[in-house]
Amino acid sequence: MSLSPNLRIDFPALDQHVGGKPLVYLDNGATTQKPRSVIDALARFYERDNSNVHRGLHALSMRATDGYEAARARASKFINAADPAEIIFTRGTTESVNLVAQSWGNAHLKPGDVILTTEMEHHSNLVPWQQLALRTGATLKYVPVTGPDAEHGLDLDALDKLLTPQVKLFAFTHLSNTLGILNDAALLCAKARAVGALTLIDAAQSIGHEPIDVQALGCDFMAFSGHKMAGPTGIGVLYGKRALLNAMPPYETGGGMVVSVTYEGATWKPSPERFEAGTPNVADAIGLHAAFDYLDALGRPAISAHDHALAMKACAALSELPGIRILGPKPGQPRGGLVSFAFAEAHAHDVVTFADQDGIALRGGHHCNQPLMRKLGLSSTTRASFYVYNTEEEIEILVKSMRRILKFFAGT
Amino acid sequence: MSDLTDLYQSVILDHNKRPRNRGKPPTANRVATGDNPSCGDNCTVFLHLDAAHRIDAIGFEGSGCAISQAATSLMTTQVKGKTAAEAEALFNEFKEIVTTGNAPEEISDLAAFAGVHAFPARIKCATLGWHATLEALKQPPSA
Ligand SMILES: Cc1ncc(COP(=O)(O)O)c(C=O)c1O
Repeated sequence: MSLSPNLRIDFPALDQHVGGKPLVYLDNGATTQKPRSVIDALARFYERDNSNVHRGLHALSMRATDGYEAARARASKFINAADPAEIIFTRGTTESVNLVAQSWGNAHLKPGDVILTTEMEHHSNLVPWQQLALRTGATLKYVPVTGPDAEHGLDLDALDKLLTPQVKLFAFTHLSNTLGILNDAALLCAKARAVGALTLIDAAQSIGHEPIDVQALGCDFMAFSGHKMAGPTGIGVLYGKRALLNAMPPYETGGGMVVSVTYEGATWKPSPERFEAGTPNVADAIGLHAAFDYLDALGRPAISAHDHALAMKACAALSELPGIRILGPKPGQPRGGLVSFAFAEAHAHDVVTFADQDGIALRGGHHCNQPLMRKLGLSSTTRASFYVYNTEEEIEILVKSMRRILKFFAGT
Repeated sequence: MSDLTDLYQSVILDHNKRPRNRGKPPTANRVATGDNPSCGDNCTVFLHLDAAHRIDAIGFEGSGCAISQAATSLMTTQVKGKTAAEAEALFNEFKEIVTTGNAPEEISDLAAFAGVHAFPARIKCATLGWHATLEALKQPPSA
């Protein structure tokens, strides 16, 4: 049940040199590379089936419509939704969260209500709730993270105290893009449900790495992006329970989402069309379909085991470096497929620039987690994030590069 | 590797390790903060103008990469004694250096930043402190 190293040849972008060195792509938390099958699906659509959906009666339009709806059904199967109508195609995680904040949030929240989120959220699952609170007079509260390096994750005792009947929604990340902490999403959903709160899971970092079953997790909404799971950019999913979606007002209005329009008003189709005004991103939905197929052919338990093992190995090897501070789980503790760290002697920007000269793609910065960084007393970290094609040799290259950087800055 | 030693000149490494004019000078009465939203770095510059409208005290705080720390440190040493117009003119020369890599002979230490031009993503690191200074020069003095 482990991944074959041969799968690297499925990813054309990996086959290149950067600065004269073979590319070591460790910025998968930002976006993953795409397999040939996804690139081919995109090309095939534009070469053969390109047409608008849900309107034409001609052959190409029917093919495009079938392809788009097949992608929806495939997405539904990928996360084990109860029905394809629970899958809304969006631009990605950010738009999915905003859709819920605008549509559900504006309609349901009032002063006195509480929106609960956590201190480890990406700006995408934080700023929309801040803005919603400002619009509606609801209060936004945060479940704290604990430990000097946030290694203890969410404070569950604090969560129990924060979960009052005033909480209308609990929005949290499945896998933290900065800490590498994998939250127990089923437990968090169950706790929220016990006080009658809805739940939204930000699955941006977990969708391509972990087996996910929305019915087993028990969430009401889930948001994810195609580009972080071997799929194209510009396409993502909002999952929502059908009854909830059909009780929500539209997010955007226009063509494709209406039943009938008069000069005086309009009526809306049910989900998913209600939330997909205008010509949708047909090609990228079809590309995403190929990504779902690709990941399931590898097997998600195998992907998860691979990515966790690499991250744990990287964490252990990096922890030997002088003056390093690793966020999230300590060496030896389980972690999701990424590790972020900071050096006393070298700033993340300088580290990333150096690593780039060694052909290594890393991310340096605040990772769209500014409040968390501030809480931890950091302005930035360097992050290595792993995917199906990364290898143990690449971790050795990474650690060697980091040693060179430290030597350079310590020697000055 | 040669690219990197072009970028991290010894002047830069020295200013990064031993920044000049760190902290708020006691007489400072103008302040501005520059942010680099893409990385979270920030830089706050404090300064004071004398009766002839020349900078007679300047200092900075904030966190950043070697390029931004060194550029800000070096900048504080270069703008002391200058008017707002002179500081701005110097910044324009500095901007020219970091964007084109061409440094006029007489420009001294600032020429160490010529290597930045080969790393376009780092130009905003080099100019962060300068922007904060020009902003601080526009602020009304606090009492
Ligand atoms: C945890 C998390 N949430 C949300 C997002 C936003 O995803 P997107 O930019 O694809 O909308 C990201 C992307 O970095 C993420 O890591």
